[in-house]
Amino acid sequence: MHYRPEFEAGLHVCTRCDYHDRLTVGQRLDLLLDDAGSFRELAADVLTSDPLKFSRPSGRYPDRVAKAQESTGRSEAVVCGVGHIQGHEVAVGVMEFGFIAGSMGGAAGERIARLFELAHERRIPLLMVTSSGGARQDEGVFALMQMAKTTAAAARLADAGVPYIALMADPTLAGVTASFAAVADVIIGEPGATIRFAGSRVVQGTLSRRAQADDHTAEWVLRRGMIDAVVPRRDQRRTIGRLIELLAPARVTRRAEIGDTAQTRLG
Amino acid sequence: MLDFERDLDELRSRIAELEAESDLDSASDVLRQLELMQLELEARTADVFSRLTPWQRVQLARHRDRPHTLDFIERMIDGFVELHGDRRHGDDMAVVGGVGSLQGRRVVIVGHQKGRGTRQNVERNFGMAHPEGYRKAIRLFQLAARFGLPVITLLDTPGAGPALEDEERGQSWAIAESMAVMARLETPIVVAVIGEGGSGGALAMGVGDRILMLEHAIYSVASPEAAAAIIWRDSKFAERAAEALGLTSDVLYAADLIDRIVPEPPGGAHRDYDATAENLAAALVDALEELQAVPPADLVTERYAKFRAMSAHMESSPDDAVVDGSSVVPEDRHGL
Repeated sequence: MHYRPEFEAGLHVCTRCDYHDRLTVGQRLDLLLDDAGSFRELAADVLTSDPLKFSRPSGRYPDRVAKAQESTGRSEAVVCGVGHIQGHEVAVGVMEFGFIAGSMGGAAGERIARLFELAHERRIPLLMVTSSGGARQDEGVFALMQMAKTTAAAARLADAGVPYIALMADPTLAGVTASFAAVADVIIGEPGATIRFAGSRVVQGTLSRRAQADDHTAEWVLRRGMIDAVVPRRDQRRTIGRLIELLAPARVTRRAEIGDTAQTRLG
Repeated sequence: MLDFERDLDELRSRIAELEAESDLDSASDVLRQLELMQLELEARTADVFSRLTPWQRVQLARHRDRPHTLDFIERMIDGFVELHGDRRHGDDMAVVGGVGSLQGRRVVIVGHQKGRGTRQNVERNFGMAHPEGYRKAIRLFQLAARFGLPVITLLDTPGAGPALEDEERGQSWAIAESMAVMARLETPIVVAVIGEGGSGGALAMGVGDRILMLEHAIYSVASPEAAAAIIWRDSKFAERAAEALGLTSDVLYAADLIDRIVPEPPGGAHRDYDATAENLAAALVDALEELQAVPPADLVTERYAKFRAMSAHMESSPDDAVVDGSSVVPEDRHGL
């Protein structure tokens, strides 16, 4: 049981046990951006369609989308746009777990691909905050192909020498872990976040044995060499800002700093 | 033996018995009867196979006797030299690959490999690749580009290995890396789904310039069992999941997610390995011929555009409401 005063202001982290509660997109943008109010959303009109006329016990797919839109106030499971972190202009994508488990279908994949392309064209660094159950089953192979599409877009950004940082929040699973998230230049895990390939329901369903639910945290994948660091919420903006400063190509670094670097070299 | 194959098989054995008893000197009425039975078998096979449900297609794609990657390599590739290992951790037997010639063209060919029988299947992990399998594939893709050889991949897996050891060695990272390498590989890549195209474990080797699919192969966002576990929280609903997922070659072709369906012989690929391999080889050669004149840099650009266009979304802006791939399922499959 957590009482509000025990959460650090705005961070939603338990001061006693360091539990990092899941954040909404809005909370995440507030936390990471210099000024969430100046965030400009991109491709907000890219919406999902229902290519398979999919229905499940919990409802028809379009009804579930409408319900998710209503409850989250977002039009899809990822919100993409441009904002500033420590003074740097950054292309930012944040996944909303409350929107059909943050799952990636055609619309989310399209938004993410466009974000990578925008970062490429404008040569601005890119930050993806992942929180997703993986590919959205309701769109079948259309959803699966978003893995290839977003990974290819990330690969092009890497070739262009523009830094891409992934912040893996709870949970980062399956088709999202195993696509654009895993190919980031730097991967930061949020403390305690579940990060894995096979979701426990899938493992139980196919292997008929209990999955070890306690494994596969950010700390666990860090120990196995799969991510670069686990960074607590209160330090994330500073760390990401610092990484951008150190990795960004000259054109995206602030003018003053280019001057400083040149001075140092000359001196 | 699958349920829907049983009747056909009975007729087939009756024909075989009669054939064994008869010879060229047999009475003409016996020969006439044989001929009629043969025609009946063909007609009934065609009938059964024209009405297969998605679940029956899943069963065919997984058929115990279905030809696997090495069966195709044996029939299509001359002078095949298998290349083992990822040079990092080990040699994953669930992925095989190497170099050889396809009708005079030097190629690198890589595919998932299932086993036959319990012992082989354990050895091959039921065709579920470990991270080192994908890393072996990556090594071979890069080798192909270095020496200007086109790549052929054959997909046949229930999915990537989901076990603890796979997580420990970075399954997600291996899959993503393989897709990223394929997306940028400056040599032609032709992908063929030959059996089970199971989720990310299949797509990891599925980023190419042309995507072919055997008629009764399946390609799916998750195995029907996994999808059932996710959606209905019970893998027993696999048959319903198969109906809903749109995983058959006809649906995927109509949706523009694959480029060509490669026909299987009457009764399915397992009835005639040679004919299946011949059909597949012909389709692969067609694709390679189309691609051989394209400059490598253009291949990469066009490959990006190809996957970039795979979507199911719409733009809500009122003037140009673009709907990609909306409603690709035939009307009679709606409302499942």
